[in-house]
Amino acid sequence: MSKTAVEFRQGVIDIFPVIAAASVIGLLWGTLAAGKGLSPLETGLMSASIFAGAAQFVAIELWQDPAPWFFLTVTVLIVNVRHVLMGASLSRHMGNIPPGWQAPLLYMMADENWAFSERRALTRPLTMAYYLGLGLPMVITWTVTSVIGALAGAWLKDPALYGFDFAFSALFIGILAGFWKGPKTGAVLAASAVIAAVAKLTIPGAWYIVLGGLAGVLVAVLLHAEEEEAKATS
Amino acid sequence: MTLHLSTLLAIIGMALATYATRVAGLFLMRHVNVKGRTKAAFDALPPAILMAVIAPTILATGIAETIAAAITAGSAMLRLPMIVTVLIGMVSVVLLRMAM
Repeated sequence: MSKTAVEFRQGVIDIFPVIAAASVIGLLWGTLAAGKGLSPLETGLMSASIFAGAAQFVAIELWQDPAPWFFLTVTVLIVNVRHVLMGASLSRHMGNIPPGWQAPLLYMMADENWAFSERRALTRPLTMAYYLGLGLPMVITWTVTSVIGALAGAWLKDPALYGFDFAFSALFIGILAGFWKGPKTGAVLAASAVIAAVAKLTIPGAWYIVLGGLAGVLVAVLLHAEEEEAKATS
Repeated sequence: MTLHLSTLLAIIGMALATYATRVAGLFLMRHVNVKGRTKAAFDALPPAILMAVIAPTILATGIAETIAAAITAGSAMLRLPMIVTVLIGMVSVVLLRMAM
């Protein structure tokens, strides 16, 4: 097998547990969209073009007929602000991807494939084949299961019954373990977790993700400054 | 197969807004030199964001979710395969919810 095929296959293997969980979430989102009066065509267009689970759930929650398009656009922008930070971080590892491809490929950057890409970049260069192996199955699964959900209607009653609502949290915990570098990482994670949880309970919308992320980064910068100082005085 | 104009406008608006957030970081980084303190900040960014996304679920939903998260973290630290870690998490949350 060529190196490209090996990289692509590894991406598909890594993303497989995500695909299993995302199918259920996609079906659920499709049934909710149909419940708000969206046609299967509109549901599929939305999943393929936006491809952002959290934002789409919020949008469907706020959906009215006729669609308040400006309000929806602004809301989705806020829910997705975290992508700016994620893209900034990921772009540091895109050196092996042809420059003309970098911007188009970011269309399929979602939480899960971004996390796997970042984790991959810790140990080896990130290739386009690996990135596509992660991303393409996600885009296809998300779009297809949304449409099936919209066609099938409300047969998927409660994914919490089978723990599917916890699958993404479990996956992220698994990915986080790969970022562990000792007590400093613990301090970053603790700051992020506490601020995000408090922000979620006190501020409406999805700002908690950005605030928690920035709190973790702030702690990392403070610890870095302390280390520099210690080096300078010793 | 219907497609309403207001719905199409909403979809286009939301898709453009989402893509803008995805690609903004790439262009921002073309003007930033990453070393020293900036590097420390960016290295902390992936775990900090991941944790922020799940924090409300694992800390502010219920005791079952918090314990299940601790069990999942334990399995993750043992370096079990990802799919096993996820399944352990799902099974523990279902059992804990039944027990509580």
